[in-house]
Amino acid sequence: MSKKIKSITNPKLHLDVLTPAEVNKIHDATLNIIENVGVRFPSARALEIWEANGATVDRDSMIVKAKPHLIEAALKKAPPKYNLCARDPQQDLPLDGNHVFVGTDGCGVEIIDIHSGERRTSRLHDVGEVARVADATEEIGFHWVSLSAQDTPVETRGLHEIKAIWENSTKHLQTESIYNEREARVAIEMASLIAGGKEQLRKRPVLSLMQCTAPPLGHDGGSLDAALVAAEAGIPTGFMTMSAALTTGPATMAGVLAVGNAEVIAATALIQLAYPGAPVFYAAAQTASDLRNGAYTGGGPEDFLFGAATNVLSDFYDIPLSMGSFATGAKDSNWQAGIENSLSTFMACVSMSDMLLGLGFLHGSRIWSYAQMMMDAEIFSIVHKTMQGIVVDEETLALDTIAAVGPGGNFLSQKHTLKHMRDVFLPEFMDRRPYNVWEEKKDDARDWALAKARNILATHQPDPLDERLSKELARLIAAEEK
Amino acid sequence: MSTELFKKMAQSIIDGDSDVSVELANQAVAENIDPIQAITDGYVVGVNVVGEAFANGDAFLPELVMAGEAMKAAVNALEPEMKKRGTERKMLGKIVLATVEGDIHEIGKSLVGTMLSASGFQVFDMGVDVATAKIIAKVKEVDADIVAMSALLTTTMVKQKEVIDMLDKEGLRRKVKVMVGGAPVTRDWVQRIEADGYSEDAIGAVNVAKNLMGI
Repeated sequence: MSKKIKSITNPKLHLDVLTPAEVNKIHDATLNIIENVGVRFPSARALEIWEANGATVDRDSMIVKAKPHLIEAALKKAPPKYNLCARDPQQDLPLDGNHVFVGTDGCGVEIIDIHSGERRTSRLHDVGEVARVADATEEIGFHWVSLSAQDTPVETRGLHEIKAIWENSTKHLQTESIYNEREARVAIEMASLIAGGKEQLRKRPVLSLMQCTAPPLGHDGGSLDAALVAAEAGIPTGFMTMSAALTTGPATMAGVLAVGNAEVIAATALIQLAYPGAPVFYAAAQTASDLRNGAYTGGGPEDFLFGAATNVLSDFYDIPLSMGSFATGAKDSNWQAGIENSLSTFMACVSMSDMLLGLGFLHGSRIWSYAQMMMDAEIFSIVHKTMQGIVVDEETLALDTIAAVGPGGNFLSQKHTLKHMRDVFLPEFMDRRPYNVWEEKKDDARDWALAKARNILATHQPDPLDERLSKELARLIAAEEK
Repeated sequence: MSTELFKKMAQSIIDGDSDVSVELANQAVAENIDPIQAITDGYVVGVNVVGEAFANGDAFLPELVMAGEAMKAAVNALEPEMKKRGTERKMLGKIVLATVEGDIHEIGKSLVGTMLSASGFQVFDMGVDVATAKIIAKVKEVDADIVAMSALLTTTMVKQKEVIDMLDKEGLRRKVKVMVGGAPVTRDWVQRIEADGYSEDAIGAVNVAKNLMGI
């Protein structure tokens, strides 16, 4: 099985979704929010750090107000580039502003069973199986914890999940499911075992941690503490805003960007104040709530614009971005899923978001579908091809070949055609068969995508994790369960 | 003579204007108008108009929430007068509402609270990160008909079960209905913990509560 990871690099397409003046306006609004409205940091440790650095801290409300220069100076300490490392070094991911990598999404609670087709509650076994399919899929660069291992104890669930992924894949693991200090400490010990020691882990972070903000303008105490522990160990950390127009953010998109930006950069600044130079990333999945029921939508034109705009913001702060794309709100792999996942991914790619999330889910990141996973991978391949744009040079203009064929011939038997035919995109899941062939079975992308996933599960064995390592990981988890 | 005032009250709800709805409530008290009548013939008329517009797709969630809040503010302003007169507004039922322990996610829970109280339930919103024992104590204190619990994490969702088990232990389970919600809550989970109802959104929660009360 190929170890290759597909990424978008050296794109030809470009989109100006925000002008530099507009970015400055959003930045100024953000600083104004942090200075005058404040952001809630419900963690004793976080509040101490803020206080020690001269921010105004209200111990009762746990709201921190910080002057612009404090935030700006802290953000300047963040490294602009670093690698997300993999168990297999060939699969390291350079976050250098010139690559877009896709990860699986998380953390869902149900799965469409790959054998029975029934929707059911997710289990630990599913976490490993999804990781194994992702390991074999070149469009997937890294893992999130796809599903909640609901058959494991609550207090060690996040640890069982990362163990299952490491045992089934050699790719980088970014967990969004560890959000307290205790579990974060054990996870770092586990990652140290994988990397070969604490110092090695600092050099080669095989794990990164993603925390959600608590919008509007707040954080979860456990998340803050976990992120601080990770930053101390040199593990990349990011804070994700899921600010939603109408509910956790204003109805206007600029306002959503500003309020979410305040959440993210305030927390990022905190990490830099505590551990200057620690690798950090910006994470976002803003959306608009549904006008009728307030639901998380997981798609729509607002999401597409947020997808393109957020990397402009993270570029302004010169840190990598992990951006929510895909993750359709559709209940099934249908018209809505195709539109939402294609456009959200295209728009996030066109501004070169470093990491994309969301692959594999239905119903707004709740229900895992292997078929959707495979189809999403193809959407990324389509966007990947599109982003290469049109190359115009002597070779591609093909004047000699055009002259050789002349009026009325065809290009099928030309050497130039043979040489370049593989530049033409060949889809796996699009139906280009004659109508009568389709009519025989009336099968489509969903059937073929599911068959592909089934085949991978039946045949793909990832490079195994050393059995002793596996036992050590299990021992660390067991020690937590005593 | 009060018809004009009642019309204005209804309109203040339709406009979602809490300042005006409270001002009109104070005016009603000053003019010695029965607060119960002010609610029934004034404000509730507005709530119904917004509710109907919403059902028809002509009004949106923010309008519904603002109407609910204007209604709540008006009722609060009339409360002392009702107490003085020894009258009480007839409510559909008492609901203790909370986001469970270890979970700080508030917005969905609060939205449910607004919808329930706008629909005529008496809601005791305990906020977020509420310990099981506190929820049980509140249920006893107010003699609640329903406990409604929110959780956004699979790791905190288990507290919904803890509350149900505790209600059972305290012999309250037959008396108190339980409804649950939050993004990770599924039908499967609801069946497993033997809750009485759940809804994926705040509008649906009102219907669930009404069903549980046999309304």
